[in-house]
Amino acid sequence: MAMSTPNADNHPDALADDIVLRAEDLRTHFIMGTRTAKSVDGVTLTVRRGQTLAVVGESGSGKSVTSLSIMRLLSHPGRIVGGRLLYRMRDGGVVDLATLSDKRMRAIRGKEIAMIFQEPMTSLNPLYTVGDQIMEMIRLHEPISRHEARIRARRMLELVEIPAPDKRLDQYPHEMSGGMRQRVMIALALACNPALLIADEPTTALDVTIQAQILDLMRRLQREIGMSILFVTHNLGVVAEIAHEVAVMYAGRVVEQAPVHDLFARPRHPYTKGLLACIPDAKRDRAEDGTRKMLNPIPGSVPSVLALPAGCAYAPRCPLAEAHCESVPPDLLNASPEHLTRCWRHELL
Amino acid sequence: MTDTTHTTQAPDDADILLSVRGLSKQFLTGSGPVKAVEDISFDVRRGQIVGIVGESGSGKTTAGRCLLRLVEPSSGKAIFDGVDLFSLPEKALRAYRRRLQIIFQDPYSSLNPRMRVRDIIGEAIDTHGLAKGAARQARIEELLTRVGLSPEHASRYPNEFSGGQRQRVGIARALAVEPELIIADEPVSALDVSVQAQVLNLIQELQRELGLTMIFISHDLTVVEYLCDEIVVLYLGRIMEQGPARSVYAKPRHPYTRALLATAPVPDPNVRRERVILQGDIPSPLDPPSGCVFRTRCPHAIAACAETVPTRETVGPGHSVACIRQAELAETYQD
Amino acid sequence: MAAASAPSVDTPRISTLILQRKTLAIGLAIIVAITLLAVLAPLIAPYSPSKLSIVNRLKPPSSTWFFGTDEFGRDVFSRTIYAGQLSLLVGAAATALAATVGITLGLVAGFFRKADGIVSRIIDAMMAFPDILLAIALVAALGPSLATVIIALGVVYAPRLARVVRASTLVIRELPYVEAARALGVPTWRIMTRHVLRNLVSPILVQATFIFAYAMLAEAGLSFLGVGVSPEIPTWGTMIAAGRQYVGQADWMTIFPGFAIILTVLSLQLVGDGLRDLLDPRLRKDL
Repeated sequence: MAMSTPNADNHPDALADDIVLRAEDLRTHFIMGTRTAKSVDGVTLTVRRGQTLAVVGESGSGKSVTSLSIMRLLSHPGRIVGGRLLYRMRDGGVVDLATLSDKRMRAIRGKEIAMIFQEPMTSLNPLYTVGDQIMEMIRLHEPISRHEARIRARRMLELVEIPAPDKRLDQYPHEMSGGMRQRVMIALALACNPALLIADEPTTALDVTIQAQILDLMRRLQREIGMSILFVTHNLGVVAEIAHEVAVMYAGRVVEQAPVHDLFARPRHPYTKGLLACIPDAKRDRAEDGTRKMLNPIPGSVPSVLALPAGCAYAPRCPLAEAHCESVPPDLLNASPEHLTRCWRHELL
Repeated sequence: MTDTTHTTQAPDDADILLSVRGLSKQFLTGSGPVKAVEDISFDVRRGQIVGIVGESGSGKTTAGRCLLRLVEPSSGKAIFDGVDLFSLPEKALRAYRRRLQIIFQDPYSSLNPRMRVRDIIGEAIDTHGLAKGAARQARIEELLTRVGLSPEHASRYPNEFSGGQRQRVGIARALAVEPELIIADEPVSALDVSVQAQVLNLIQELQRELGLTMIFISHDLTVVEYLCDEIVVLYLGRIMEQGPARSVYAKPRHPYTRALLATAPVPDPNVRRERVILQGDIPSPLDPPSGCVFRTRCPHAIAACAETVPTRETVGPGHSVACIRQAELAETYQD
Repeated sequence: MAAASAPSVDTPRISTLILQRKTLAIGLAIIVAITLLAVLAPLIAPYSPSKLSIVNRLKPPSSTWFFGTDEFGRDVFSRTIYAGQLSLLVGAAATALAATVGITLGLVAGFFRKADGIVSRIIDAMMAFPDILLAIALVAALGPSLATVIIALGVVYAPRLARVVRASTLVIRELPYVEAARALGVPTWRIMTRHVLRNLVSPILVQATFIFAYAMLAEAGLSFLGVGVSPEIPTWGTMIAAGRQYVGQADWMTIFPGFAIILTVLSLQLVGDGLRDLLDPRLRKDL
């Protein structure tokens, strides 16, 4: 199913039945005068039906730009300059989101694909009650009366476990806590029953106990509704909790995609391995008597998307890098049938 | 007045660099007084790292600011090397400023955007008249090298650095006055994982080599478990549990600590811990619950929890818990 | 190291930076030109600004009188460039006074909670009056003269700056880098100048250019209303006031000094905007 040469078949219908979204060599660049920021430069990833794909990466890895590209919500001067975004509609048809007209894209947003963001306060309109906002969303896509929409909105608040939904419908976003607002965002996103939910760092701004509630809610909703989730995060702990599959991004590319257990058990890209090694773990990093061992940070820093290296972008920081790595960018290789990696030397891992 | 609220007397221990007793801070807001920090007591031993853990509204940041008198505490004592910092007049406090320093969370707003790195670090040196002329220049370069930057960075402005590098500049500024105690307020929370590890290593190196004592304020339980010797768990401005980190992590005795540990994400999909997901939101500090402030979200709360403010009970060496049901709950925890 | 990719360490020369910003360069060029014209008026003006010539009264612009003549036959061009001296002087002096008073009040109000109540009330009370009314009242109370016009305008516009400085000070004083300075024991006055005031340079400059422009306009207004400087002294305001009666037959008497005001005000705005960008190191790298 996973192909080592993703462009082998250009026919749009070449999407396997269980795949909802497949990005193939997606390139999104920000062209500013003479400079080009290659924020996304060859992203290939797959979201399976009813599953959660976590896209994990550090700042500047292009994970948020990837999700905005899928929604086609890029702000100027960002533009998709290459690749395909094959999406399977609920009616079974396959479209390429990268080239779809703005008009058709608007019909897809909300109804087919919905998105939630890190800071729910900025994505909710402070001037309208949450009830009005959910109702507007529903009536944008479906011809139903205000009364029916209100009933639906109330049901959505119940679905996301907001206590006293009748009262909450008439409240404004600022009257709610951060956790409640994120629940409202989820209710808003799910109001039109989308097949794919894109969640961009939805729990990053929340406290751990609230984060746990939201992650729990998302897992439950996925079980009940069967939606697919593309979950963007920088937190590998959250990945381990929520993901079925993981795509690791570095410098605008997916460097590794694998089922979550495979990825954590045996990362096949030195960057993933490096990331896991530098998260403190008292069991590993403190001796019996409590003395601390030094952590193993990845040396150096992320390359600028304005000037990516010619070969593998990770090579300058990679302990395994050899001359070949520095000159030739690695293909997406199969480390095992379901485990893809962009590393020439993955067999050493 | 505050003495009666203490459960422990200030210990007469030469090892203790800072002894906080009954620290409280009330803010007057438009909607009434907020008890941001309420009767906090703990000791910091020389060379140790004490972690203060809590979620938003726990008062952890306010507590840190009070210790530095960046926020004036409402009551309590902070005995630093035999002197109560809270009763020092502003003039006398200035000399102590040199001995206690702070590192901030946000690497962007913690450096004056209009000052070069040289002036940022130099200001610390000048304020206490530590070096002049060539010696000052040499000291700045030494500090930059010490935190993993290079001397050429001295003439740059903060905006020319990455987040991790800015954090290093902030650390160099704090080190410039050769402090004994550093309060680090979420120093790695705003950094990427790989950079976070670099900065954590730096903090440890400095702590070891310079014999620093540290209060490490954080919401990240994983980092605290790795880094800290002692831990203080705050909720709505009150201490829920405190003790040696190993003991608290191995046998958390407060329902809140247990919930925190159970919900902290661990980068291992095979870890299927008992899921203690707390219901509801953190209550508003404007209107905290009566009795035990945690009772509204506590899975084990009983009627009595609303009536009495729990006192701290010792459950192990240096390990204490503020929960009236801790003894009976301890049995259910044995696993 | 990673920062190797960051912008170069050398600060580019200030002249290069200015030239890279067209609006700033244009604004500065106009201001400099106007100032030079005013300062060098004795050398440039073809006639004395006060030379009467009843025969040549109300002549339209021509090669003899570039801007025409007024009701006493005085050369409008000569008067316009001479008038620039006083108009610019009033604007600059009033701005300097407003800045001194306003920045001090704003810093004190923003930094010391106890002083804030009183200072803020005064600022609010002053801003409740229309500028020109307050200025008229002050000039009337002090007795009209050039100095009182300057003082009056300085006092009238000081609250604008005070308000801007106070608001920004309230924000900056809570920032971690100010906390860091306090934690280091840096004296308050140094924090106020080094950490707060230095970060206020751009809003202050922007406000100052506005005030400069407003003060010039207000001076014209006061003169126009007859409560400003003596009508014999040429300022753009007194010239417009005098030309008012002849608008129907000799509009050049008002058009040219009016145009001088507009040009000066416009170029001040260009300079203000340009400086704001230039002085912010965060924006500097985005050249």
